[in-house]
Amino acid sequence: MLRLEKLVKIYKTGDQALKAVDLQVPEGQVLALIGPSGAGKSTLIRCINRLVEPTSGNVYLGDVELTGLSSGNLRRERRRMGMIFQEYALVERLSVMENVLSGRLGYVGFWRSFLRRFPQSDVDEAFRLLDRVGLAHMADKRADELSGGQRQRVGICRALIQNPALLLVDEPTASLDPKTSRQIMRLICELCKERGLAAIINIHDVALAQMFVQRVIGLRFGAIEFDGAPEGLTPEVLTTIYGEEDWEATIEAVDDDDVEAAE
Amino acid sequence: MRDVNALIGKPWRKPSFIKRPWLRWALIIGTCAYLIAAFMTIDVNWSRVYEGLERGKKFVLAFTNPDFTTRSADIYEGMIESIIMTIASSVVGIAISIPIALGAARNIAPLPVYLICRSIIAISRALQEIIVAILLVAIFGFGPLAGFLTLSFATIGFLSKLLAEDIESMDKVQAEAIKASGAKWTQWINYGVQPQVMPRLIGLSIYRLDINFRESAILGLVGAGGIGATLNTAFDRYEYDTAAAILLLIIVIVMALEYLSGVIRARVQ
Repeated sequence: MLRLEKLVKIYKTGDQALKAVDLQVPEGQVLALIGPSGAGKSTLIRCINRLVEPTSGNVYLGDVELTGLSSGNLRRERRRMGMIFQEYALVERLSVMENVLSGRLGYVGFWRSFLRRFPQSDVDEAFRLLDRVGLAHMADKRADELSGGQRQRVGICRALIQNPALLLVDEPTASLDPKTSRQIMRLICELCKERGLAAIINIHDVALAQMFVQRVIGLRFGAIEFDGAPEGLTPEVLTTIYGEEDWEATIEAVDDDDVEAAE
Repeated sequence: MRDVNALIGKPWRKPSFIKRPWLRWALIIGTCAYLIAAFMTIDVNWSRVYEGLERGKKFVLAFTNPDFTTRSADIYEGMIESIIMTIASSVVGIAISIPIALGAARNIAPLPVYLICRSIIAISRALQEIIVAILLVAIFGFGPLAGFLTLSFATIGFLSKLLAEDIESMDKVQAEAIKASGAKWTQWINYGVQPQVMPRLIGLSIYRLDINFRESAILGLVGAGGIGATLNTAFDRYEYDTAAAILLLIIVIVMALEYLSGVIRARVQ
């Protein structure tokens, strides 16, 4: 469904953030992208929807090649890629409802969106999504009145109302407490399953990634070092991704979590 | 890396902003010498000041006895003219400023547009109101039209520059999130940028309204209409009591605007 071919990104400063990354994501697969800070995780997912312009290489979403699209066509394709951000990236001065509906901007004309007169079906869907994440009663609150976990759930609704085929998720739990982090990860994975969405989730919490996803990609210095099932993340593999460290504690913690999650 | 033992027990001081001591002292001594030299060149004619004090005293004393009534019709007419000039020029100036501010923000405008908009702002800021007013009075004749155009023009330089700076310092990620949904440029501005800069835009607009009113009082001095013309006439006739009345009214209106802007800014936060 998503295919990256020899994707390269070199920043103006000369940093080679991505070195010819090849990756295929089949329909409905949720994968985690792990790696140390600066490994190019954020750059990789931003190159897919071209918030960052890749230097060379191709990105195919279904049959459409994204890197060569004109801005109009790119906008149309962006509707099929929902994005969830680190630190939520809600527009703080807009209400929860406006934030959710902003996910429909690719589908409605300027005047409709300017006057906040969205089609009834969009409004209904927004309420359904907010209800699904337990925030329907907050619809008219301003986004900056919400707690971190609530904001991220609004961010999830905003991404889903686009009716995407793919979710690009950038560090969804970076500023959340451990419990909320798990709830958010669980919610994202559940929703992906319900709707048959593929997702790429950037995450630096290895244990959390192992708990929820079917496939893990390890990125180091802009190149893929590991690609496999979460069980394959042995101390040796983590050392090749992150460098020398005692990994036993991280992996053990995962086992405990699994037991807890099963209970 | 220095050995930490060599640092223990020694006093610590913040490193100086200018590292080279000779340069630092040269700058300090040079500045002092310049200030003293500059001060010595000021030439005051003390006998003239003494004469002038008498006139100044008369002017100040007029404030204890302002005359609102003798020229009340002129004052009323001038005030109304000033207020109309202020509001009209603020509305027009702000309406023109907003697109220019968008163009002058480097993070949302392409380079050619940026350069054009920045030049417009630079021109508007470089030309002082009085100079513009003199030019426009020469073109359009005496009266409030010249004042209105002057103030609109000055508003552009002020508001566009400050609004553009606010747009440049906005939170990039919020705007990015809107872009990622496939929004058009206009929708992106409306949802991603506008909510972030709205409080600043409202604050600046009210502040500019306040400035425009004060400026409208000055512009009358060069014939561009408004209360300034009435004030100028009062001075010319040595009617300091009427002038005092006009000045008091200007102070009251500016204070009222100040209060209003405080209330509104507190509400839009």
